[in-house]
Amino acid sequence: MVVDKVDNALRLTAVDRAASAVGLSVDMTLADARARVPGLVAKPADAEADRALLERIADWCDRYTPFVACHPPRALLLDITGGADLFGGEMALLSEVRARLAQQGFAVRGAIAGGTAAARALARYADGAIAPPGEDEAFVVALPVEALETEPATWSAFRRAGLKTVGQVAGRRRGELAARFGADLVFALDRILGRAETPLSPRLPVPSYRTEHRFAEPILTEELVLATLRDLASRLGKIMETHGEGARRLEAAFFRSDGAVRRIVVDMGAPTRTPAIVERLLREKLSALTGPLDPGFGYDVIRLAALKAERVTQGPHAEREVGVLVDRLAARFGGAHLVTFRPNDTHRPEAAAVAVPAQGAGSSTLEWTRIRGDGEAPRRPLRMFARPEPVEVIAEVPEGPPVQFRWRRALHAVAFAEGPERIAMEWWQGADGEPTRDYFRVEDSEGRRFWLYRSGLYARETTTPQWFMHGVFA
Amino acid sequence: MRPERISERGAALRARLVKAKLTLPEPEHRVPLGLAEADACLQGGLARGALHEVIAEGGHETAATGFAAALAFRMARVKPVLWIRQDFAAAEWGEIAATGLLELGLDPDRLLLLRVAQAADVLRAGADALACGALGAVVLEIVGTPKALDFVASQRLMLAAARAGVPAFLLRFQASVQAGVVETRWHIRSARSAPGAETWGGPRFDATLARNRHGRTGRFLMQWRCDDGVFSVPPNFGAVAAPAFDRPAAAKRA
Repeated sequence: MVVDKVDNALRLTAVDRAASAVGLSVDMTLADARARVPGLVAKPADAEADRALLERIADWCDRYTPFVACHPPRALLLDITGGADLFGGEMALLSEVRARLAQQGFAVRGAIAGGTAAARALARYADGAIAPPGEDEAFVVALPVEALETEPATWSAFRRAGLKTVGQVAGRRRGELAARFGADLVFALDRILGRAETPLSPRLPVPSYRTEHRFAEPILTEELVLATLRDLASRLGKIMETHGEGARRLEAAFFRSDGAVRRIVVDMGAPTRTPAIVERLLREKLSALTGPLDPGFGYDVIRLAALKAERVTQGPHAEREVGVLVDRLAARFGGAHLVTFRPNDTHRPEAAAVAVPAQGAGSSTLEWTRIRGDGEAPRRPLRMFARPEPVEVIAEVPEGPPVQFRWRRALHAVAFAEGPERIAMEWWQGADGEPTRDYFRVEDSEGRRFWLYRSGLYARETTTPQWFMHGVFA
Repeated sequence: MRPERISERGAALRARLVKAKLTLPEPEHRVPLGLAEADACLQGGLARGALHEVIAEGGHETAATGFAAALAFRMARVKPVLWIRQDFAAAEWGEIAATGLLELGLDPDRLLLLRVAQAADVLRAGADALACGALGAVVLEIVGTPKALDFVASQRLMLAAARAGVPAFLLRFQASVQAGVVETRWHIRSARSAPGAETWGGPRFDATLARNRHGRTGRFLMQWRCDDGVFSVPPNFGAVAAPAFDRPAAAKRA
């Protein structure tokens, strides 16, 4: 049993079977309980750990339906609309969930109903109940008033007034109830009777399209996993095709028989549904995993879902072909590693081009602006250092071009120098206080061309200007 | 892997290579550099569906980058160029700069840059990408002489390039020459500007064509004309004339 501090007293917040058998119940103070049962073992409550455990159970429940909502501290809601047939009907599904959770050492209560409030109330007060469609009301009327989601004070008020069941409360006039207990109570009553519904808020994004395979015997081998993915890809492709859509984000979920779930997400630059392409992307992603899939004792469910889907628009063939390659490389090496460049409106040379992920990179609104004039040599280097490197420079005059410089311990004699190109750092770009740069293009005795700059205007900004190597020309 | 298996696979690849080459359309498949002398050695230009190796002389890595970029973008025409580079290369010699490409007259919008850690990743991604005929060119930037870049790897790239009709460039830094199947092999260094030149011209290369499967080898001094997108003989060529010489392909390999 578990205790926690409630209203400045240690009270029981959960009791196990043995404890309830000797007459202990939730809300009793620890002192009372100790008086009744000497030598009892109490554990402090840990809400964080409870929530984490609930999340893990929810993860496990995901194998039955992707619509799982958590209701801390101890309830999970599964939307099984249209899905129960896969398990041999609602009864079979409910008993499987209960049996498998019990196997893992949990005390389980469960029920099936049309509305979420009715389902929760039935689970608590009529474990195992299954309300057929449209018959929530018939099932809940017999429940005690405590099944209504409202204040404990309201329950006592009902009891004092002689109203013991939900049905008796429901028999009173709405106006009367609202005036006495507020609109919230009326809403709670409507919810439990199935007349009003609060939508279930799933803990994970609900896929637009999904398809899955369930195995009576858990599968272990890579061949079977890949064959399953191939089949799922083709089924998912067909479903999406009938809706004229393709996936922008796919998730393959592998449910291990021991409850562990591994999810793999693949992004696509354009809506995709061609099974061969989807399968290839999944394979790329799987082979690039740093921690490979560990089937343990096998998977009993594998699901492929489109988390994000869009209408398929047919671009030019070549563009699509490149898009497929981009998706594949992104799946293997990570989307951030495959980039394309966009112009940026700034004077700072290192920021003039921005790397953006090639996947889904739209076209730019800005145009590239060439700096050199016609017939001139490039004025920006082909390779640029992320961090300009300090260089020792000998110049004839402090504000003049370099005559010699030492970079990475090698001495370069300057044969030609051209400059300076003065670039002021933009204070509105957050470069406040960064000194002005004077850039020089220099060619050394071997014909190599470098881009050097002197940081700080001599005499005005500094008396000991620093030199840096920013890049190298072709 | 056992040596006999390597040679078996090598033989199989070679057979497929021969088959693939036979089906290539002839006219479109060579792209002239613009430098008459070099184009004569190349029987009209660089072969499109083939693997070309560009080796940087020590300290001239950016020159080799520029040479490979110029060739790749010229051959790709309007199609995208996939450039695959190792992280180490960017740290050591700087990242490929889009603005630098623009200044060379190459369209930065057509650049797709893939950043990977290992040489083996570069090769794998390259072979994969070459299957995509919609690309204009693939550049594989590799540092050193990694194990993964063996005879079979280069054959595989050559085959993939031939099949898709997409040129592949193996851009190598701090590399030693290895046995491998390449259509051409170039050694690149920067060339000096003519003394007393008024303005700087485009980048100049001292390019040695050390291996050429289908013609003579040679050494050329060439300048990239940023405005026209072709190579040409640099002006004031006489002042810094490097001797052009021919060697049989076998001589350099010894």
